[in-house]
Amino acid sequence: MNSQSVDEAKHEEVRLMKGNEAIAHAAIRYGVDGYFGYPITPQSEVLETLEALRPWETTGMTVLQAESEVASINMVYGGAATGKAVMTSSSSPGISLMCEGLSYIAACELPALVVNVMRGGPGLGTIQPSQSDYFQATKGGGHGDYHFIVLAPSTVQEMADFVGLGFDLAFKYRTPAMILADGIVGQMMEKVILPPQRKRRTDAEIAEMCPWAATGDPRGRKPNTITSLELDSATMEQNNLRYQATYRRIEQSEQRCVEYLTDDAEYLVVAFGSVARICQKAIDDARAEGVRIGLLRPITLWPFPSDAIAALTPRIKGILVVELNAGQMIEDVRLASLCRVPVHHYGRLGGIVPNPGEITRELNRLFPEAFDASNKK
Amino acid sequence: MKKEIIIAGFGGQGVLSMGKILAYSGLMDNLDVTWMPSYGPEQRGGTANVTVILSDEGPISSPVLDTFDVAVLLNQQSLDKFERKVKPGGILIYDSYGVHTPPSRTDIAVYRIDAMDALASMGSAKTYNMIVLGALLAVCPCVPESSVDRALEKVIPERHHDLLGINREAFRCGRDLIKS
Repeated sequence: MNSQSVDEAKHEEVRLMKGNEAIAHAAIRYGVDGYFGYPITPQSEVLETLEALRPWETTGMTVLQAESEVASINMVYGGAATGKAVMTSSSSPGISLMCEGLSYIAACELPALVVNVMRGGPGLGTIQPSQSDYFQATKGGGHGDYHFIVLAPSTVQEMADFVGLGFDLAFKYRTPAMILADGIVGQMMEKVILPPQRKRRTDAEIAEMCPWAATGDPRGRKPNTITSLELDSATMEQNNLRYQATYRRIEQSEQRCVEYLTDDAEYLVVAFGSVARICQKAIDDARAEGVRIGLLRPITLWPFPSDAIAALTPRIKGILVVELNAGQMIEDVRLASLCRVPVHHYGRLGGIVPNPGEITRELNRLFPEAFDASNKK
Repeated sequence: MKKEIIIAGFGGQGVLSMGKILAYSGLMDNLDVTWMPSYGPEQRGGTANVTVILSDEGPISSPVLDTFDVAVLLNQQSLDKFERKVKPGGILIYDSYGVHTPPSRTDIAVYRIDAMDALASMGSAKTYNMIVLGALLAVCPCVPESSVDRALEKVIPERHHDLLGINREAFRCGRDLIKS
C-alpha cells in the first residue's frame, strides 16, 4: 500500500496505528455487539482504545472491563449464546485462564472472537513477544476434542482485517475464532485502512441468521437450549461427530497461506506472524546471493495449510521453520510434508526476537550447498 | 528510497514520540512506515528505543533489524549498544551530553549535536526530541519539513495545539545545530 495516486478522500482513511488499536477500531467498524476484557501487557491498548472511542455512544457496542479473564470469557459465552457478535482479548497467561470457557463455547457451537497477543511464557513469563501458545491455540487449550479457527496476522492491516474475517468464519461455522498475534504486531504502528462502518445486527436479523440463538423470545418457535452438558454418552458421541464433521469442512475449505518467491524455490522457510516478515528480509538477502529460497506464511494456523506445503514438498530440498518457541508449528510442517524432506527448526525463547541476520546465518549453516552453488554461478 | 532508523536514549527523553512524529511525517508523504518500539520495562525508566522504517519501495518486510542506515543515540548506553550496528557508510547522530566515550568508527558519518545545551534556550524541556528530530532531518532529509508540520498537527492533540509553535521552533533549532 504505497501509491502516490492515493486521492484525498482515500488518504483520510489511511491511518497510522498500533496493531492493538487496529483491533479495537475494526471491532467497532464491524458492528461488534460486545467486548469483555481484562488488561494485560502487551495488548492493553485494545481495551484502552475501546474505552477512549466510547462506541456505546455511537454504535451501541458494549465495552466492559470484567473483574478477571475468567469472567470475560464467560460474558463472551453468554453473549454468544444470544447470537450477538462478542469478543475478548488477552495475552498468554490470560488466555490460559479462558481455556475452560473456550472449551464450553466450542462445545455449544457458538461463534465468538478471541484475540491473543502472545508474550513469553510459561507462567507469568515476560511481556516481550512470543509465539509459544501455538499448541494451545491450534490443538485446543481446554479439555475435550475441539478446535477453533486460528488466524495469524503479520501486519497491522491484517490485525484490522482479521477481526471481520474471524467473525465471518465464526458465524459461518458456529465456532470460536482466535486472532493469534504476538507482541510485535500488537505494539508496532503501521499504515492501516479500516473497513467501512457496518451497522450492528438487529434482533430480527439475529433471529434469522442464528435460529439456534437463545434470544429470550421463543414465541413462534421451539425454545432454544444452549448447553455443553449431555449425560447420555450416545448423544454426546453424536455431538462430537457433528463437531468433527464441522472441523473437516473447515479443514477442506478454509486453509489460508501466503507464498513468497516459492515458484522456483529449492529451499523453503515456514513462519507465521511477525516472524514471517523477519524471515522475508533474510530471504531477500539470500536471494540477492542467488539462493533459490522462498517463504510460506500460514495465515490460518488451524486449519493448517497442509495442502500448500504438501504441494511444494516434492521440489523442495529442505525446510526451515522459524518460530518464537521451542518447536511447535514444526510438527504440523513435518506432518504436511510427510517427512519427505529434512525439516529444521530455529527458535528464540522467552521473549527474545531474532533479527534477519540470525536467520541468514542459520540458513547458511543448514543449507551450505545452496549458498555454495549460488557462489559458483 | 528506504531508510532504516534507530532512535535510542533514556526513557522519558521523548524517544518514542520522536519516532512517532517521524513515522507520521512519512505517512503524510505517502511513504510506507513501520514504527516498532521497545515496550514494557524500558518505558518505566532505563533505556528506550524505537525503530522507524520509511520506504517508497513497497511493503516493508522485517520490523526488527540488526543494522541501520541512521542511528540517533542519546545516551552512553545507547551508543555502546548501537554504534556497531550502523551500516558502513551510514549515519550516527549523538548528543554529547553525559557521553564519556564518543563514537570511534571512521567508516560512518558521525554528527555530534549539543541538543541538551540547546534545550536551555527553548524554555521547555519537552521539546528536546524535536531539536533532535530537526538535526536528524537536516542530516538525512528523508521527509520534508512540511510533512513534519502536518505530522505535528496529527500527533499533538488539538487541545494542545498552542504548543505547535514551540515544537516547530525546536525543530528549526535542531536543524540549525547541524548547519552551524
